[in-house]
Amino acid sequence: MIDWSHTAFTIAVILGSCLTLAGMLIWVERRLLGVWQERYGPNRLGPGGCLQSLADMIKIFTKEDWIPPFADKAVFVITPAIVVITALMSFAVVPIAPSFVVADLNVGVMFFLAMSSLAAYSVIIGGWASNNKFAFLGSLRAIAQLLSYEVFMGISLMGAVLLAGSFNLSDIVEAQRHQWFVIPQFLGFLGFFMAGLAEAHRTPFDMPEAEAELVAGYHSEYSGMKFGMFFVGEYLSILLLSAMTVILFFGGWHGPWLPPMVWFAVKMFGFIALIILIRAAWPRFRFDQLLSFGWKVVMPLALVNLLVTGGVVLWRAG
Amino acid sequence: MMNTWIYARNLIVGLWIVFKRTFTKPVTVQYPEERPYLPPRWRGRIVLTRDPDGEERCVACYLCSVACPVDCIALQAADNPEAHDRRYPAFFRINFSRCIYCGMCEEACPTNAIQLIPDFEQSEYARRNLVYEKEDLLISGTGKYPDYNFYRVAGVRTHDKDKGEGEHELHPVDVRSLLP
Repeated sequence: MIDWSHTAFTIAVILGSCLTLAGMLIWVERRLLGVWQERYGPNRLGPGGCLQSLADMIKIFTKEDWIPPFADKAVFVITPAIVVITALMSFAVVPIAPSFVVADLNVGVMFFLAMSSLAAYSVIIGGWASNNKFAFLGSLRAIAQLLSYEVFMGISLMGAVLLAGSFNLSDIVEAQRHQWFVIPQFLGFLGFFMAGLAEAHRTPFDMPEAEAELVAGYHSEYSGMKFGMFFVGEYLSILLLSAMTVILFFGGWHGPWLPPMVWFAVKMFGFIALIILIRAAWPRFRFDQLLSFGWKVVMPLALVNLLVTGGVVLWRAG
Repeated sequence: MMNTWIYARNLIVGLWIVFKRTFTKPVTVQYPEERPYLPPRWRGRIVLTRDPDGEERCVACYLCSVACPVDCIALQAADNPEAHDRRYPAFFRINFSRCIYCGMCEEACPTNAIQLIPDFEQSEYARRNLVYEKEDLLISGTGKYPDYNFYRVAGVRTHDKDKGEGEHELHPVDVRSLLP
């Protein structure tokens, strides 16, 4: 029997906090980049500049929302929605605290992987529907990158699944009560984190929207709130990547003294900060390096990791 | 294989170097509240100065206008019958939307009349407001040279007097006495 009021409450909390956090991340990222570049970043509007996202939102809502006459209109309009919807759908299976999850699916990991694969479609059809060569080049790159990194994203988190013996994310967190999976699964963690960065189009894998080379990648033709949706979707996928890393490899809500939800938030913010630090510090891969790195280095490592983990699990079982 | 380790190490070191910046103070000068220090010889807004007697220094020689690489200075010479027919600018106009603040006019000026001062806050909403007329440019002070009066030091030797011997004329500076 499902308790509907509890589910509705959970949905409201997770949806609300995700969208708010995604908006606030724009400001957080700019402030943190400022800290690491010895400047302030936006610090004028509100205490410490925290209302900057609000100002950005007002700006982006009042901008002209232009659909190019040469674009495939229906697809063009629906694409930004797909970005946000797929990212938000993934949060349905994210357990923030014990029994605080919208859908405690027994195939949570698979659902997450499926949703992140669907997100690739938005990039592909967004670039295609724009009917612009720069957008198309950006989306071509994005397709190659997302397909390559999707593969070992799944493989590298299978280690955690094997150790926990379940596809259910809550069970995976529960299995890390005594030891975080990052210790036995360090290679898996590295592979998953890299793939996640590529999925979220973050440095050093921000090829699809390399500002210096393509105009803006697959969303060149988007303006106004449609562009804003891509932006929000991107920050949602950063949130999702941090949340999934914490759940799969860093013990989810487990931690001493503090309540579970606080631990989850603290760990998650640590990863968000790490992702932003990587953006502040690292250069971008060249595209051929990106693909050969994915297929020739990370993919074999992930396979070896899976093989060894499987062997160890079998050997322990006797 | 060796290279891979070097790359990996370099990435981590780079991450650490950037992370260390968390504990340094930003170099930003928060402008409207904090003002940057402008040295006295900073080249900013252009002014026309007066001599210690309160008269205009400018003699309308056009040298600033000629020296100006962007042709932003326009003036018209006229004679002043009330002051020994001395030349003065009838109008003097600087278009600051063109000015590049190079200071060539100041260097060209033989009377130290035109000077650049440490002020850069010249923003306007309309471009035409950046055209400064003589009354906008002229200040009541002497600028960077408080004692300099062109007509007192500019005398030349004539058939009945030597340089510096005339009425109201200062003796020429002995340049050797200025040596440090």
